[in-house]
Amino acid sequence: MRYMLLIYENENAGSNDEERAATMQRYMAFSQEVREAGVYEAGDPLMPTDTATTVRISNGQVAHTDGPFAETKEQLGGYYILNCESLDQALAYAAKIPAAETGSLEVRPIMEFE
Amino acid sequence: MNSEVNARLTAAIRSDTARVRARLVRELNDFDLAEDVLQDAVLKALKVWPQSGIPDHPAAWLTTVAKRLAIDILRRARVHERMVSSLEQEDLNADDPQIFDDDLLKLIFTCCHPSLNLEAQVALTLRSVVDLSLPEVASAFLVAPRTMEQRLIRAKRKIRLAGIPFAIPEAKELPVRLNGVLTVIYLVFNEGYSATMGENLIRRELCQCAIQLARSVNRLMRGRAEVQALLALMLFQHSRAATRVDDQGALVLLEDQDRTHWDRQAIEEGKILIEKALRLGQRLGPFQLQAAIAANHAVASRAEDTDWEDIAALYDELQKLQPTPVVLLNRAVAVGMWLGAAAGLTELARLSDDKVMQDFICITAPGLVCCCAWGRMKKLFRPIGWRGVCVAMRLNLRSLPAGYAN
Repeated sequence: MRYMLLIYENENAGSNDEERAATMQRYMAFSQEVREAGVYEAGDPLMPTDTATTVRISNGQVAHTDGPFAETKEQLGGYYILNCESLDQALAYAAKIPAAETGSLEVRPIMEFE
Repeated sequence: MNSEVNARLTAAIRSDTARVRARLVRELNDFDLAEDVLQDAVLKALKVWPQSGIPDHPAAWLTTVAKRLAIDILRRARVHERMVSSLEQEDLNADDPQIFDDDLLKLIFTCCHPSLNLEAQVALTLRSVVDLSLPEVASAFLVAPRTMEQRLIRAKRKIRLAGIPFAIPEAKELPVRLNGVLTVIYLVFNEGYSATMGENLIRRELCQCAIQLARSVNRLMRGRAEVQALLALMLFQHSRAATRVDDQGALVLLEDQDRTHWDRQAIEEGKILIEKALRLGQRLGPFQLQAAIAANHAVASRAEDTDWEDIAALYDELQKLQPTPVVLLNRAVAVGMWLGAAAGLTELARLSDDKVMQDFICITAPGLVCCCAWGRMKKLFRPIGWRGVCVAMRLNLRSLPAGYAN
């Protein structure tokens, strides 16, 4: 089954260059691991939410607003799509993503239409 | 249908049939299947188009409908194929008890998967593992059978859609997952234990269900200290069943109970279990500590013989693992019983600075904050009562058990 692992983190949490580099290393190691395990399908980090635009049509009018739809403490910062045997496997991978320690991971099965 | 429409319709179908077939053959990689589903799609078009009108893109319409039919067929075939081959394999070892046991354990872990909410875990376990009927499960939760049915359907749907595996967790996950199972079993027990009024027998039978469940898990997973301890804990508590309620149905506090009517056999079994569990020397978990506390109460032949120093020390350890309001309050009570009211009140005063604690006290027992006398506190802080409160809160099923509210 395919699962999307949504990475939520406080993007305003301060970290120095050294910490950022260390985190980046860990993400690269994780990506490497899931690739080698053959479960990796996709994964990307997202630009911060100050680059986001929300689109909504109301009364037939397209409305663009600055920023994400909801103000939350943690923001969607990236994702992985992994093809796992079961939810437990997906959850085990999610726990290895660095953001699991500093933010949270949401694991959702992908709806398959074939 | 007039002939003009009919002619246009047939023409539209005919002009597109070949293209649609070609595309289906490529996509499905199965000529026969492509032909079958195309036929069905055409039949559907003949039925639908006279009403809806010929679509703008008949070929696209036919392809979409045909593909949907093909997916249904493939899905059914694939499921069956898997099922048949696995069923044939299973036949070889139909009478292997190990397989039954493994499956039962897998079922327990599936029902108690942390991706399901706690209520669903309890309900599924009661229905599928304990084999209570739907009305019985509903009655245990004090909800209508229809409501419970919906809850179970949602839980099973999540198991299927989220891919919750029918499996025993891997070694790394096992301690946490096992603790989840034990928590569910203990909730079942407390559901029965807090049902003191006896107007509903099923709720009291839940204690037996929980003990039976713990016995199963203990048999299926030998040498687990926490499992043995949970079983011991429930046996200790259940040993008092006959003395917990008086003739009028009112709760009798621990120190007022007639200890000669406690179930000695259950207490003996509990003692053996907790001693064995502690001898295993595994990491001290919450159930070992709680069982050790319960053992202390169970073996004291008079209330004043209770070893409060030991109980306070055990709560000290328990609060490190579970710094919940209930545990903190019970610890304060134990300290008070051991060193005297002044020491207990000092502990309580320290707790009352805690925000969570304040909320807890306000929510569960409004009368509590007005109580100043230690004797009154003592009655309020009965370990059994607070545990009942805790369960009530977590399951949000009922208000404070009678006798503890004021």
